[in-house]
Amino acid sequence: MSALVTDDQIAAPDDLYQALVDAHEGLADAESRQLNARLILLLANHVGDLAVLQEAAALARASVLRDRPDA
Amino acid sequence: MAQVYEHPIFPFTAPPELLEGRVGNAAVCVVGAGPVGLAIAIDLAARGVQVVLVDDDETVSHGSRLICISKRTLEIFDRLGAGAGFAEKGVVWNKGRLFFGEDEVYSFDLLKEDGHQWPAFVNIQQYYAEDFLVRATERLPNLNIRWKSAVVGVEPSSDHVRLTVGTPEGPYDLDADYVVACDGASSFVRRTLGLEFDGRTFQDRFLITDVTMQAEFPSERWFWFEPPFHEGQSALLHKQPDSVWRIDLQLDQSADPGVEDREENVRPRIERMLGVDAEFEIDWISLYTFRCQRLQRFTAGRIFFAGDSAHQVSPFGARGGNGGVQDADNLAWKLAAVINGDAPDALLASYDVERIPASDENILNSSRSTDFMTPKSQAVRDIRDAVLALARDHGFARRMVNSGRLSVPAVMDGSPLNTPDFGAFDGPMRPGAAALDAPVVTADGTDWLLHQFSGDFTVLLYLGDANDALPDGWPRALPAMVNPLVIAPISGPGVIGDPEGNVRVRYDLKPGTVYLIRPDQHVAARTRTFSSMWLQGALARALGNAGDNA
Ligand SMILES: Cc1cc2nc3c(=O)[nH]c(=O)nc-3n(C[C@H](O)[C@H](O)[C@H](O)COP(=O)(O)OP(=O)(O)OC[C@H]3O[C@@H](n4cnc5c(N)ncnc54)[C@H](O)[C@@H]3O)c2cc1C
Repeated sequence: MSALVTDDQIAAPDDLYQALVDAHEGLADAESRQLNARLILLLANHVGDLAVLQEAAALARASVLRDRPDA
Repeated sequence: MAQVYEHPIFPFTAPPELLEGRVGNAAVCVVGAGPVGLAIAIDLAARGVQVVLVDDDETVSHGSRLICISKRTLEIFDRLGAGAGFAEKGVVWNKGRLFFGEDEVYSFDLLKEDGHQWPAFVNIQQYYAEDFLVRATERLPNLNIRWKSAVVGVEPSSDHVRLTVGTPEGPYDLDADYVVACDGASSFVRRTLGLEFDGRTFQDRFLITDVTMQAEFPSERWFWFEPPFHEGQSALLHKQPDSVWRIDLQLDQSADPGVEDREENVRPRIERMLGVDAEFEIDWISLYTFRCQRLQRFTAGRIFFAGDSAHQVSPFGARGGNGGVQDADNLAWKLAAVINGDAPDALLASYDVERIPASDENILNSSRSTDFMTPKSQAVRDIRDAVLALARDHGFARRMVNSGRLSVPAVMDGSPLNTPDFGAFDGPMRPGAAALDAPVVTADGTDWLLHQFSGDFTVLLYLGDANDALPDGWPRALPAMVNPLVIAPISGPGVIGDPEGNVRVRYDLKPGTVYLIRPDQHVAARTRTFSSMWLQGALARALGNAGDNA
């Protein structure tokens, strides 16, 4: 059974998207990359479950690989 | 002025093989007098085995590679009669500080628990460690050390191994029943047998130096990620005896060996770290790339590999020498028991079974530390830097910061030598674990529990009161290979006291509980109710007889 929830759980998707965008407001590229990395770590700790994280990482990776030109 | 270590010269003396022009014999030939070879040679000789130890050099380690010696290694060296020097000379440290850029991110205190003879770590140069071990060999007439004697030929056969030994006065042959190859990372024995390492090489170069200086730094382990004095890289500062300090500076992959390790190029780097006014002398410079790798098997017929000849790790975590000494600890009693006819050959197979997982644990931990220091892509560096940045405020991130996960003794979980618990137990001990030390009271005064274990098996019985009745047949009917040890809260005739209850708590003892401890001080078995049947079964298993008794 899958540990990661991929069903739609977000009540206000536009607000959530906007929150992510706002977080980057006025940041230089390097700062933005740090923001992303720190965000991942904070959320990973909130989740706290290695299996969920591994599944999410695998899903994200598969999604990236699918976009390779020769895939 | 600071004291400086003077390397002793151990002279070559022509052995009987050369004088008499004949082939020599040895029950065991240990190749290489580094810390691991010395430890196993002493351990074997103390168990009555006739040992020849050959080393191609005539002194102890030239530079100091190893500096951090773990509690478990200290306990082993103490058992081998070499502890005193480490207690006198070693620098005890407990605190580590971690810096990111200009800021201290956090500090740790190595779990300090009272009631242990040895601290978590002492720092001491490798040459001192080897010196103390060489001195401990002197009381062992059946241990013959031969300096300036390099193994230059290895010819295994079914009942012995023929070694050719090259010396200043020419070569000779030596037939050994068993060979323990402790000849380091570029092991001649390993290469001659055509055995390959499997693992990883890290591309980044590390500049490792020892400098002598009068400095105010405390005896703490200081580690920097991206310090202002050494941009983008990592650095380490750690104290050793004689006002010597270890300084590690991470360089990048393009660093040119032969250039970067020249004193005129090293000096400015250290001045940037310590300040231009700092007065220091550089004692030792070395440029390393690190490998985390091991042989597929540590046993090849009658040849055993131990220490760096069997496996290597990067030094972050101090798992190289400490892991190697645990190999020696594991192999010596087994080899002695087989040679002395106390155990079947099958016992020797457990060396690989127990030490390969231990090596994998060391490789995993050292690889992860090295990976943390040397991110392989920008994205990985982003995550690493995010961990360091968050570590300033968040405990969860601090626990991810990895500048080395320090060596702890391997637990031989799942070893066929272990007997499953008979009854329920709590606490840190379990079959396969190295026995924990604790203070005890003996007829001679206060002492340590580990000193009460004999070189053989020990069977430890806990009584609620020193006057309580002993189990049937105790100690008369106990097998000859086990030495009885009775413990009670208050000592009595033939009974060791545990007034503070440290032994009781650490071993979860209740009246009638019995532990069987191996000669290497690892727990073999334990029971809440003793019977001689249980002991015979557990002892047989621990000696590699599981097939006969299972
Ligand atoms: C920079 C650095 C820092 C380190 N720090 C630590 C630390 O803090 N703690 C720790 O536990 N470990 C540390 N290590 C690892 C540690 O130094 C090694 O794991 C340890 O020295 C291995 O011991 P050994 O006896 O197996 O091999 P070695 O120490 O390499 O000894 C091998 C011996 O064999 C001899 N020899 C070689 N070939 C032959 C031959 N053909 N015939 C006869 N003799 C031969 C050599 O002369 C030598 O004496 C560090 C390593 C490095 C590089």
